[in-house]
Amino acid sequence: MSEIKQTFNSSLGKKLIMALTGLFLCTFIIVHVAGNLFLFKNDDGYGFNVYANFLTHFPPIEVVAYLLYLAILVHALYGLILTIQNRRARPVSYAVQTKSPASWSSKNMGLLGSILFLFLVIHMGDFWYKYKFTDTVGYKEYRTNVLTNERIVSDFTPADPSFEHSSTTENDVEIVRVKDLHARVADSFSNVWYVLFYVLAMGAVSFHLLHGFQSAFQTLGWTHRKYSPVVKFIGTWLFAVIIPLGFALMPVVYFIQSLGR
Amino acid sequence: MNLTLKVWRQKDAKSTGKMVTYRAENISPDMSFLEMLDVVNESLTLKGDEPIHFDHDCREGICGMCSLYINGRPHGPKKAITTCQLHMRSFHDGETITIEPWRAGPFPVIKDLIVDRSSFDRIQQAGGFVSVNTGGVPDANIIPIPKVIADEAFNSATCIGCGACVAACKNASAMLFVSAKVSQLGMLPQGQPERWSRVQAMVAQMDAEGFGNCTNTGACEAECPKEITLTNISRMNNDFFSAKLFREEGVHENSGGGE
Repeated sequence: MSEIKQTFNSSLGKKLIMALTGLFLCTFIIVHVAGNLFLFKNDDGYGFNVYANFLTHFPPIEVVAYLLYLAILVHALYGLILTIQNRRARPVSYAVQTKSPASWSSKNMGLLGSILFLFLVIHMGDFWYKYKFTDTVGYKEYRTNVLTNERIVSDFTPADPSFEHSSTTENDVEIVRVKDLHARVADSFSNVWYVLFYVLAMGAVSFHLLHGFQSAFQTLGWTHRKYSPVVKFIGTWLFAVIIPLGFALMPVVYFIQSLGR
Repeated sequence: MNLTLKVWRQKDAKSTGKMVTYRAENISPDMSFLEMLDVVNESLTLKGDEPIHFDHDCREGICGMCSLYINGRPHGPKKAITTCQLHMRSFHDGETITIEPWRAGPFPVIKDLIVDRSSFDRIQQAGGFVSVNTGGVPDANIIPIPKVIADEAFNSATCIGCGACVAACKNASAMLFVSAKVSQLGMLPQGQPERWSRVQAMVAQMDAEGFGNCTNTGACEAECPKEITLTNISRMNNDFFSAKLFREEGVHENSGGGE
């Protein structure tokens, strides 16, 4: 046991933890951005609300979700521990600022990570916490005629405060009643400061992963002349461009829509 | 050429140092950086001042003794050379040059620009060797080694242990040095018997010395006078995790040298 402890307390062991939790978070945001594409569907939030309901009521996903929160905390904590150690390794700093070439993102991972942590606190406080632990999120009722695909949407107020969701059928009409997270999203994204903060945070995601994704592979020792360029390509285009852009578009599109209302 | 030098002066390891400004006059552009310092020291000696102490030995870029953090870069502004190979033509007349010692906790300043790099020696002694038992002389060509492997091992072996990687790293990490020393033996057949214990022992010593942790910025690779690559760090990580997680071999006790 002490040998395992020693492994994970070594410099490389701590880096291994950073790399593994980081890559886990990378796989998560692929799912997160893909699922949230429901926000772009013009269906009064039906798809998005049902998806949100699924995520919070399907036990295996709930288990993974708590592993995810743990990974975020461990990643942040180890990042802090390593940063403190790294500062301590140079007690007297240079008089001249370093001119050694290194990418901006690689030198500012701590700053970018701090922005992201602040973002996560606000983001989860606004959606996850309110959705799961408060009754500030309203309900919607979707009546879909399964033959004509016509859908009638109305607000719904449950009589029982412990009501969570229901899915019933009345003749050919499917009635789905779920928490209306979509309205919460639309409300938050009508605030210009909120939108700006989200866009800034997605910029931080981009730069954090531009360095972080390929850096994790380097830390794990998975470098190869043939495959490392592929890792760099994925890290740059998928994780630093497509995903942050997809996320940033959500508040921007909702803000523009809110102007029309 | 006439130059203004801002040099770190520190009486000894216990004193606090400060930057002192000197004039370097009538410097030939063909002089090496260390020869320029020799000229300045000559004038300081004539004035009865203490000359600026700096490390140097071979002055041809192979011993790893010279150091100096010049204008924010270890070994100065040029790529793939040591300070002794840097010439004054790389600077312009009237320029102000700031000269500092390597800065890292495990590299304490002894005097002026000289730092104590014996932490590197201790890392090397912890496992950076191949144990050879005495016996008959084996035939040199008895162990075939593929050329690519031999070349790569030799590239790692070109590390002169100057410490520029530590000086350049924002975290004062020694991982480029340690990984080069791990790789140069770990890739060759002769290094296999101690491959898994070596990497564990050397990383443990590196941690004990108090070096920082690598964040893969690549500043070390860019500043290394011998162009040691980050691939070495990746290779070391792979060997370390392999040794720690998948092999039933601990660090051998009393592995020669060290404490």
